[in-house]
Amino acid sequence: MSIRHGLLALLERGPMYGYQLRAAFEESTGTTWPLNIGQVYTTLSRLERDGLVRPLPENDGGQRPYEITDPGRSELAQWFATPISRTDRPRDELAIKLALALTTPGVDVRAVVQSQRTATMRALQEYTRLKSRETGTPDLPWRLVLDAMIFQAEAEIRWLDHCEASLMRYPPPPPKTTPAPAPDPEHSEVTHS
Amino acid sequence: MILELRDVYRTHGTGAAAVHALRGVALGVRPGELVAVMGPSGSGKSTLLNLAGGLDRPTQGGVYVEGKLLGELSKRQLAALRRRSVGYVFQDLNLLPSLTAAENVALPLELDGMGVRKARRLAVSALDEVGLADLGPRFPDDMSGGQQQRVAIARALVGDRRLVLADEPTGALDSQTGEAVLRLLRARVDAGAAGVLVTHEARHAGWADRVVFLRDGVVVDTSGPLAQAEELLEPVP
Repeated sequence: MSIRHGLLALLERGPMYGYQLRAAFEESTGTTWPLNIGQVYTTLSRLERDGLVRPLPENDGGQRPYEITDPGRSELAQWFATPISRTDRPRDELAIKLALALTTPGVDVRAVVQSQRTATMRALQEYTRLKSRETGTPDLPWRLVLDAMIFQAEAEIRWLDHCEASLMRYPPPPPKTTPAPAPDPEHSEVTHS
Repeated sequence: MILELRDVYRTHGTGAAAVHALRGVALGVRPGELVAVMGPSGSGKSTLLNLAGGLDRPTQGGVYVEGKLLGELSKRQLAALRRRSVGYVFQDLNLLPSLTAAENVALPLELDGMGVRKARRLAVSALDEVGLADLGPRFPDDMSGGQQQRVAIARALVGDRRLVLADEPTGALDSQTGEAVLRLLRARVDAGAAGVLVTHEARHAGWADRVVFLRDGVVVDTSGPLAQAEELLEPVP
């Protein structure tokens, strides 16, 4: 996701300056996604360049609030209306790591799977603990973000279980020590994030 | 330590046909602690639960409940311990259809010789604890799946059970109702019971303080104890 659309959504509530935007962003993502103020200002200046927000006069405290423009509103509406494509998300480092573990000499793939599963399980326990502390009326945005992390961790553990079962069923041959021929460059690009 | 398994083996059959369900498992569960046991089918997790509840005996090693070695108890003593100290929640609820919710919950207490009136009073408070205060007079067939599950939990928790054993306690419930069941289990453990939860769902195991991974009858890894949750809220540098 883009911080860009996050900030547009926040400005749709009303004009805000940088520090307010940062606080509101973190609050609405349940503090799971900390932003630094530099990211906020860089993003605001790009939004301004693209005509999606516009600066207002400085207030008495010397802060400059921004407001969303009409093109900004249609950009935001477009974002909410468009499903997020899986190919837009960063590549899954864990899947790449396991694939490499299979083909790298001297790596115990099952140990890699097990240690990842334990780590992910621990994260899942921690998210669940945060959730269990909530009493009374749920804070819905926070709950939603937390549940997303819980379900993602669960999916990862299920996938790791599946990998383990596959490894038992089809034990991998010992990896070759000579490199394979150079692959098609189009598919060899490595994630930059 | 409310439950302790010391170097427990359980073998079914002998010779070449022997199946080693558990091989040298050690596990301790303290008051206020919920331990989840995860593993694929056939990894030994149900065997572990049956041993913990005194429903099965180890081939080798010892199972202790509240300091008592189960293998040294007479049949009568074991049955009494199962009724008084241990609560079970199984996927198959085993509610008796001809008894009301309150009667189902009171049954183990009455079997244990408690007076009907006192047993009913405790049953009503156990039903209240699971949010079913008004449904005591209702029969299981007139309740939803989620409500029946909560009655089964009330029955497992009624009286002063120090050890709660749960085998896939959320069964086929939807995710919201399943979560409510786990919250109840968690609350009971936080109030001082020891809990063991057998599940293949990571999301449910997430409610535990510790997660034990079983593979082919052996504990291969353990996750926990937990870090302080506040640490999660620290800003990332």
